[in-house]
Amino acid sequence: MPQPEVVEPRDPGATVLLNTEGEPLPLAMEANNVSMWYGAKRAIDNVSMDMPGKAVTAIIGPSGCGKSTFIRALNRMHELVPHARIEGSVFLHGQNLYASGVDPAIVRRRVGMVFQKSNPFPTMSIGENVIVGLRLNGVSDRKFLNERLEQSLRMAALWGEVKDDLHKSGTSLSGGQQQRLCIARALAVEPEVLLMDEPCSALDPIATAKIEELIQGLKTRYTIIIVTHNMQQAGRISDFTAFFYMGRLIEIGSTTKIFTNPNEKQTEDYITGRFG
Amino acid sequence: MQTQRKDHHSWRKLKSALISGLTFCSAVLVIAPLGLVFFHVLKSGIGAINLEFFTNLPKPVGVPGGGMANAIVGTLVLLTLASIIGIPIGVLGGVFLAEYGTARVNAVLRFIADVLNGVPSIIWGVVVYGLIVLRFKSFSAYAGGLALGLIMIPLILRTTEEVILLVPVGYREAALALGIARWKTIVQIVVKTASRGIITGILLALARIGGETAPLLFTAFGNRFWNHDLSEPIAALPLQIFTYAISPYDDWHRQAWAGALVLVTGVFCVNVLVRIVTRVRTASA
Repeated sequence: MPQPEVVEPRDPGATVLLNTEGEPLPLAMEANNVSMWYGAKRAIDNVSMDMPGKAVTAIIGPSGCGKSTFIRALNRMHELVPHARIEGSVFLHGQNLYASGVDPAIVRRRVGMVFQKSNPFPTMSIGENVIVGLRLNGVSDRKFLNERLEQSLRMAALWGEVKDDLHKSGTSLSGGQQQRLCIARALAVEPEVLLMDEPCSALDPIATAKIEELIQGLKTRYTIIIVTHNMQQAGRISDFTAFFYMGRLIEIGSTTKIFTNPNEKQTEDYITGRFG
Repeated sequence: MQTQRKDHHSWRKLKSALISGLTFCSAVLVIAPLGLVFFHVLKSGIGAINLEFFTNLPKPVGVPGGGMANAIVGTLVLLTLASIIGIPIGVLGGVFLAEYGTARVNAVLRFIADVLNGVPSIIWGVVVYGLIVLRFKSFSAYAGGLALGLIMIPLILRTTEEVILLVPVGYREAALALGIARWKTIVQIVVKTASRGIITGILLALARIGGETAPLLFTAFGNRFWNHDLSEPIAALPLQIFTYAISPYDDWHRQAWAGALVLVTGVFCVNVLVRIVTRVRTASA
């Protein structure tokens, strides 16, 4: 990765998140004046947002508000869409991910992603699925791979259920287990940040509860940014919440504040269900 | 009122039975030619199928015990040569169309491939005749293999492309999100997931060109003896059947039927193989 660049001026309108002592929190990622277009259509409008390290930040908002689009800017996944364009910068521990010369593949190793629909690779077994990120990036040390395999499955709360079935096909698991497998797969490459795009929306409440519990356990080691259309979920598991509407960041703050005493009327209207 | 309803009901039942009967007859009419061909070939050819047929070279007319060993081997050799050209170019081209390129360029390429798929196979033979046979002043197995390979390319290209496009976008996204390089994603994840479909396309293309006769008429040309040098003419099963069928000799006619039976059985076996390759593996409990 290139040296940290000259710090560009922060958007003066951006909210600075403070801890209980009133000091700015250490940040894992920062978005600075990010705007995104699909062709001529503007999807994200000048968003500047702090994402504190080793904490869970939830992004909420009605359908079509740009949550999924924005999160894909954080690991440069939007570049897969033809005619997608971005302006502004995203910083990971001070390094601009959009600086020239930055390899998107390396960005994606440091910022992992779990998708709405679980997608374990069908041609691989459970064990192969978990370590595929390492293996296809050149790691071949068997011992290291096996250690990382067990470690990732334990972190995803799946080890006990699959440790005797690692050779079985990745698609032989239930929906909730498959999603945990995808989480283990993302964790195996040891990212610094884990992005989750509505990971539980296709799962039943029991599977959802298991994943929410696992997220609480993960935040001691990883920074987690989770997009969810389920406000109650955001309230349950996140430390900070950002409310998006029509491509703009309306408000961001600690979850307690957002849900009990938000600054913006729009936020309050959404939280109380006046529109959805 | 009741009688009216009953009449209407009977009329509807009659209409329904009529349509069912019509579609059933159509299904029978579709399968019938296949059955007729297969059984006729079986009946006419089974008499001449013996060990000598598979091991002996053609003998002069009137001498018993001739066979088509060189033609069977020749077809296999030509299929191998055709595969060396057809499979790599077809598969890689299909991958390109599915994963790379721009919408406009790909639309043009697809159109060209579809046109080529419709070109009569004898044209490929004539083209290779002009390019290779005339230049090297000899019929050859190479020329025959090239002609068949050129037929294979657009065939495999389109089937490969379609199968790869069927691989869900989610797998590509998941692989790229792990930081895996794009080309590795395509080779190790996408193509691997589509591999059964690609193999099916290849097998079906082989079955199709295995029976092509016209392109071999002026390229491989046929050979009464074993081929020892690929730059020499080579026998092929469809060619041999053709030569024997238009001859005036009964003995050769019987052998032509036997050859046809071997060819039809070969195509049948390839299709069974395709079924085996694509059988759905039940998930382990």
